[in-house]
Amino acid sequence: MADRTLAISTKSGISAATLVVVLILGALLAVISRAEVGAGFVPADWAAVRFTVWQAFLSSMISVVLAVPVARALARRRFVGRSVLVTLLGAPFILPVIVAVLGLLTVFGRNGWLNITLEGMGLPTVSIYGLHGVVLAHVFFNLPLATRLLLQGWQGIPAERFRLAAQLRLTPWAVFRALEWPVLKQIVPGAAALIFVICLTSFAVALTLGGGPRATTIELAIYQAYRFDFDLGRAALLSVTQLVLAGVAAVFALWIIPVMSMGGGQDRPLLRWDARGGMQRCGDGLVIVLAAAFLLVPLAAVVLRGIAGLGQVPVTVWQAAGQSLFVAVISVMVLAVLALPMAGWIAARRSGGVEAIGLLGLSASPLMIGTGWFILINPVLDPSSVALPVTALVNALMALPFALRIIVPRLRDTIQDYGRLSETLGLHGWPLWRWVILPRIRPQLGFAAGLTGALSVGDLGVITLFADQERATLPLQMYHLMGAYRMEAAAGAALILLALALGIFWGCDRGGRIHAEA
Amino acid sequence: MLRLEGAQIVQGNFAMTADMALEQGQKYAVIGPSGAGKSTLLAALCGFIPLAQGRLRWHDADLTDAVPGARPMTMLFQDNNLFPHLTVAQNVGLGIRPDLRLSGQDKAKVEDALGRVGLQDHADKKPGALSGGQQSRAALARVLVQARPWLLLDEPFAALGPALRNEMLDLVQDLVGQTGAGLIMVTHAPEDVRRIADQVIFVAGGVAEAPQPAQALMDNPPPELRAYLG
Amino acid sequence: MKALTLAATSLLAATAAAAQTELTVYTYDSFVSDWGPGPKIEAAFEAVCDCDLKFVGNGDGAALIARLKLEGARTDADVVLGLDTNLIAAAKETGLFAETPVTADYALPMPWTDTTFAPYDWGYFAFVHNTDLTPPTNFKALGESDLKIVIQDPRTSTPGLGLLMWVKDAYGDEAPAIWEGLADNVVTVTKGWSEAYGLFLEGEADMVLSYTTSPAYHIIAEEDETKAAAVFDEGHYMQIEVVGRLAGSDAPELAAEFMQFMVSDAAQSILPTTNWMYPAVMPSGGLPQGFEELVKPENARLIDADKVPAIRDEALAEWLTALSQ
Repeated sequence: MADRTLAISTKSGISAATLVVVLILGALLAVISRAEVGAGFVPADWAAVRFTVWQAFLSSMISVVLAVPVARALARRRFVGRSVLVTLLGAPFILPVIVAVLGLLTVFGRNGWLNITLEGMGLPTVSIYGLHGVVLAHVFFNLPLATRLLLQGWQGIPAERFRLAAQLRLTPWAVFRALEWPVLKQIVPGAAALIFVICLTSFAVALTLGGGPRATTIELAIYQAYRFDFDLGRAALLSVTQLVLAGVAAVFALWIIPVMSMGGGQDRPLLRWDARGGMQRCGDGLVIVLAAAFLLVPLAAVVLRGIAGLGQVPVTVWQAAGQSLFVAVISVMVLAVLALPMAGWIAARRSGGVEAIGLLGLSASPLMIGTGWFILINPVLDPSSVALPVTALVNALMALPFALRIIVPRLRDTIQDYGRLSETLGLHGWPLWRWVILPRIRPQLGFAAGLTGALSVGDLGVITLFADQERATLPLQMYHLMGAYRMEAAAGAALILLALALGIFWGCDRGGRIHAEA
Repeated sequence: MLRLEGAQIVQGNFAMTADMALEQGQKYAVIGPSGAGKSTLLAALCGFIPLAQGRLRWHDADLTDAVPGARPMTMLFQDNNLFPHLTVAQNVGLGIRPDLRLSGQDKAKVEDALGRVGLQDHADKKPGALSGGQQSRAALARVLVQARPWLLLDEPFAALGPALRNEMLDLVQDLVGQTGAGLIMVTHAPEDVRRIADQVIFVAGGVAEAPQPAQALMDNPPPELRAYLG
Repeated sequence: MKALTLAATSLLAATAAAAQTELTVYTYDSFVSDWGPGPKIEAAFEAVCDCDLKFVGNGDGAALIARLKLEGARTDADVVLGLDTNLIAAAKETGLFAETPVTADYALPMPWTDTTFAPYDWGYFAFVHNTDLTPPTNFKALGESDLKIVIQDPRTSTPGLGLLMWVKDAYGDEAPAIWEGLADNVVTVTKGWSEAYGLFLEGEADMVLSYTTSPAYHIIAEEDETKAAAVFDEGHYMQIEVVGRLAGSDAPELAAEFMQFMVSDAAQSILPTTNWMYPAVMPSGGLPQGFEELVKPENARLIDADKVPAIRDEALAEWLTALSQ
């Protein structure tokens, strides 16, 4: 509407975005600079591209479609333990891959609870291995993310709207059409694109549950090019392919979303008058129970195994936990420095296209970024001396698209609603952030920080290239335990990791929401 | 004198021209049919919409390209005049210092302004806890501490009942009387015009006409205005 | 007073450390983990060398070569420990390694002739299973059975590559047929050894590709006698882990000294119960109790290091074709 709404400096946003691009393209160019003429694209690579895109597409669609009823049910029901449940439902997303896979197998595996039950009932057993297994695992990881993104959007609908709907005695379908559909339209494409890109770079999950080399993803091909063939040219080519695929997905999803605002409410707590019927209550209850079972039972398996192994956890694991916590804190700080100015820049623009830059960090292969920066840093510095900063930076890069997806819509609303007022008051620069933007986006910022912290606690990506023994993080220690046959102790370490990740997530998320009401 | 010289305001398919000189201390009502561009005129004065042509001058200064915060005016909108996450006192304090680093003297000013709008007991409340009328008062308290030469009102009291609205208009009249500020207000209600305005700016057909004395105009409106007033 | 003494001691220690020569050894991750041989080897070598031994852990053997290639001649490493015979050709191709004759009376199933690398431990690849199962005795029988196995991807893991070479060495041109027979037995393929072994312990498969020495861990550390390795009559492919010295090292004598130390009694007696492999040289105390229970394949297989690269590419293509159907 207005040509001029808020004087958020675009300079720092553009600098942050440039930094992200430079970090990724710099790594890519460094890899290319060391490449010799390699094999190029082989037929197997095309098969990998096809499989990667297909499984990522299925995973993102199913995650988002299933998330709609779950988020809707959670948005309209109030019950004891709801906030605990919402936090716990976020857990699968921040679990380290191997922990989650073992948890899933306890339930869905060959000897898992599901098959034991089926066998007991005289029914044929099911195998988790195959494309459906890959999709199942990806939905397990990403359903919580999609649910949370949608839930945030749902809760962003001002209470006044629901009052109006109640006043008009709108039917559930009409409420959906009038209030909820516009929110879905705004959030679903971005969430789907995000999950698509996450699944694009999957590799250990896809390989393990895919049942073999049929389930070769591009990321695995990149890994092979680095480790097996040491063909940097091919690695770079595959990395570019991955970036392009992610870019296409992002453009599809983000460029076409219109900017819209839900309008300002008076920050009244959300009370709803719709969906009070018994059928709807039962339906919502069923959806919540099913989602909770799907997400929490494998989690419970992780916890049960972990408790058994907790006694065998050596003291070094606790030290590693401290190291991981430190990495998480730094990652969150780096994220704030990158994400806030970028979000400000993006929110002040009409189209969401530049948000695609954020997706770059996620779609770039961690191995490519790590190797590229190793090449760049190595002549100047001992790579292990910068292990922690590099890890924090890369973790922040990986978390950036989540943070933007979470923060930008709210920031956009803030600008719509309070931009003019801020302008007439001459609020610029730090005071604008301090008194207007940060308080308005605090719940979102807390959520994003929690996600970043939790993800970096569980991350095993780039640290392995740079770290030396003194700086082993918790997931690395867990792998060491597994590599030394100590599976029970590793399960104990996994439980600590789970608790730490959830603790960080809960702390930040809660910190953002507490007293955030007007 | 605040002058719009040969101004053209363009927004999408909509365009309007304005050429007028406004005197500080006078109270102007902007009236006209819905969609004629009343709010657009205010937004252009305030700097939210750049002038496609012409200049805006205040005394000797050229304000055409000045940012909203640097203009000698403050504006109240139809809604969102207060930050819901800040207390009433903080909201008012922002009018003195955007970084809210208030000296003791500044704080006294805030207190004084809240006293003058009758909100001295509500300083630490958040806007959500106030009634509609109280929210308007809080916004006016901020206008008071801002003490800009011009106050622009884009129907901020439209949602209030008639008695409350009149009370607010009286309060506004008092405030501009005390500070000597000029007032430019958009309104739909002829009685508001009679109650408060010295001059009327009639906006219709893509033109914001130069102000005319309110009393004479309302008593003997030209045909378009008559059609609007009904 | 106590604090002062402590401070003085650590100051002295720091000065002493600064004066010592530093020896940087690149190795794979699990070697340097708290449960691997690294810490004990470091203590034992530093007790005799008057030097500061610094292990730098890095993924697995393949990752070590990738890192060396990235760093080239500028590398800080003096010694690389943890390549296996399948990787020797690739390592030599970098041109970064120096000849280092290490003398030892090796207890390997076959004579050692390479003069660039010295073996420090070894093992046979084998499928590990629970003792309540009667295992098949060769790949053909395994392929015909309904048993489920978990293996590692040869593109991402050294045991996975070992299995590839095992089948190729045993069956040559018949290898694709063997893999086709195995295809329906393979539950899944994992990125690395840890994941595969974890899945096996979870009961996801009847057998897992590991080593004949794996049951030793369960016997010795857990007093668990339920794990055993299946003996295949084709013979078992070997993994021999080696250590080598870089030509660009600034402490070449110390590096050679370390290589010789790795085949000494002190190091060799540490390896069996930390790396869970056979020692390359029999320690004076013999093998730890528990190792005698392990199966001993009669026929050891190994492809010459210089022939590995060509065979590897062919075998990988066959493997991919057979398992992708």
